Amino acid sequence: MLKEILKILESDARTTIKQISSMTGAAATEVSKLIRQAEKDRVILKYKAVINWDKVEDEQVWALIEVKVSPEPEVGYDAIAERVYRFPQVYTVYLLSGTYDLLVVASGKSEHEVADFVAKKLAPVRGVQGTVTHFVLKRYKEDGEILEGKEEVKRQTVVL
Amino acid sequence: MSVRFEAQRKKQRSLTSKRVNQLSPSGIRKFFDLLASIEGVISLGVGEPDYTTPWHIREAAILSLEKGYTMYTSNSGMPELRQELSRYLQENHCMKYDPNGELLVTVGVSEGLDLAMRAILNPGDEVIIPDPCYVSYGPGVILAEGKPVMLPTYEENNFEISAADIEARVTPRTKAILIGYPANPTGAVLSHDKLAQLAEVARRHDLLVVSDEIYAKLVYGVEHTCFAALPEMKERTVLLGGFSKAYAMTGWRIGYAAASRPIIAAMTKIHQYTMMCAPTMAQVAAIEALKSGEPSVKEMVADYNRRRQFIVSGLNDIGLSCFEPRGAFYAFPSIKGTGLTSEEFAEKLLVEERVAAVPGSAFGQCGEGYIRCCYATSLADIEEALTRMKRFVKNHRR
Repeated sequence: MLKEILKILESDARTTIKQISSMTGAAATEVSKLIRQAEKDRVILKYKAVINWDKVEDEQVWALIEVKVSPEPEVGYDAIAERVYRFPQVYTVYLLSGTYDLLVVASGKSEHEVADFVAKKLAPVRGVQGTVTHFVLKRYKEDGEILEGKEEVKRQTVVL
Repeated sequence: MSVRFEAQRKKQRSLTSKRVNQLSPSGIRKFFDLLASIEGVISLGVGEPDYTTPWHIREAAILSLEKGYTMYTSNSGMPELRQELSRYLQENHCMKYDPNGELLVTVGVSEGLDLAMRAILNPGDEVIIPDPCYVSYGPGVILAEGKPVMLPTYEENNFEISAADIEARVTPRTKAILIGYPANPTGAVLSHDKLAQLAEVARRHDLLVVSDEIYAKLVYGVEHTCFAALPEMKERTVLLGGFSKAYAMTGWRIGYAAASRPIIAAMTKIHQYTMMCAPTMAQVAAIEALKSGEPSVKEMVADYNRRRQFIVSGLNDIGLSCFEPRGAFYAFPSIKGTGLTSEEFAEKLLVEERVAAVPGSAFGQCGEGYIRCCYATSLADIEEALTRMKRFVKNHRR
């Protein structure tokens, strides 16, 4: 039941307890209990909106930064990742397989600001060997949602 | 020939055949006309998924066009598709159908139904059909010069047909029973036991069963039983299936029929003279659907189930009592409490609240007093429709 509730909330975090209860057939009290527990266990981290900032005047720029690091004894990649994710400019950090180690998503008000962050904050972090910065030019799909030109339902109004 | 005689002859001769003339025009034409004149309608009136066909299936079709698959296929359908269908029926329904001779690829279940009726009926043969039912069952029988014998079903019995009811209608002319479970418009499903009882009647009276199982994949919390899989039923059953509902492929017009050799041979004969073959592009898409469409189907079914529970509890809350549909994607609430006929209800609901639902009477006499609400639409739209219907019901309660 929890998985079912999480799926519903993941696709629309504003679904009410009452609605979830009718969609799943579970009692409202049960739904609310499971959600509270999931929040407590940090299964649900937060509720937020997926926004197309390109439609609002906004000077935010985004960059994906490949980071190559030398892991440290005992703590491996975790200690370096922690040093990296503490920066408020950093939005996402993943450890990856492949040609580099950490993928960092960072944002700033301008390309200059992001470049500054990489040069002055990220690159000097102990253990970081090198970085490659890719600026985002256009976003097509965000968190599973198509930003522009989403297919419309082309149905007739009534079909028997 | 005298001028007078010629004039008289012309007068007597209708431009169209008696066979077609006896088909009653759609009972809800007025409703359709009304619909065309109103904008901003929230529709619960559709009979198809709100999903578009999963991308990998569309891609397979696009690729086939690029590669030049633009010619006729074999009359029976592409060998690879029949092979895949055979595997699918074995894995899903434990049914063995020989891809060579027991399977035919059709242009949707609609064509399959037409072929089946024309293949098995002699003029005047009777076919027992549950009422309410999908709109083309009766006309399908009539066009094959058969005689539909309607069997009323009721909400009190979950819109199920019973073996005893069928038996009471069997005559020496009865050739077949035509069923469609999970059902459009009611969402009813027949349990394995009930189907086994039907099988017993079919055996006892030597009847064929034409089983439209287009909604087989769309069941919620129950198992679908393939009628042909019941003991000794393969020889008596014409199984009709398709891709429209489960794989969201309504516009592709692709389905199949599975039956014993002589019946498939007869159906193929008609198909060959009237259709040649199902569209090649759609057949390629169907192969892809069978090979790797299962995860998409599971996801869609889970989503329909959420909306199903939402709309059924919502309808009950606003005072339109609703039998729990276990299959397809329709809710079939009773509107008897309003004192309106189902057509009046649907028309007024459309005009006053701009919500479209199909009057139950479109599906037979026993559909009177109900409306069909399709929940294959966004949750937000279902919710808004329920809000509007609540206001409507309040204004029209007797």
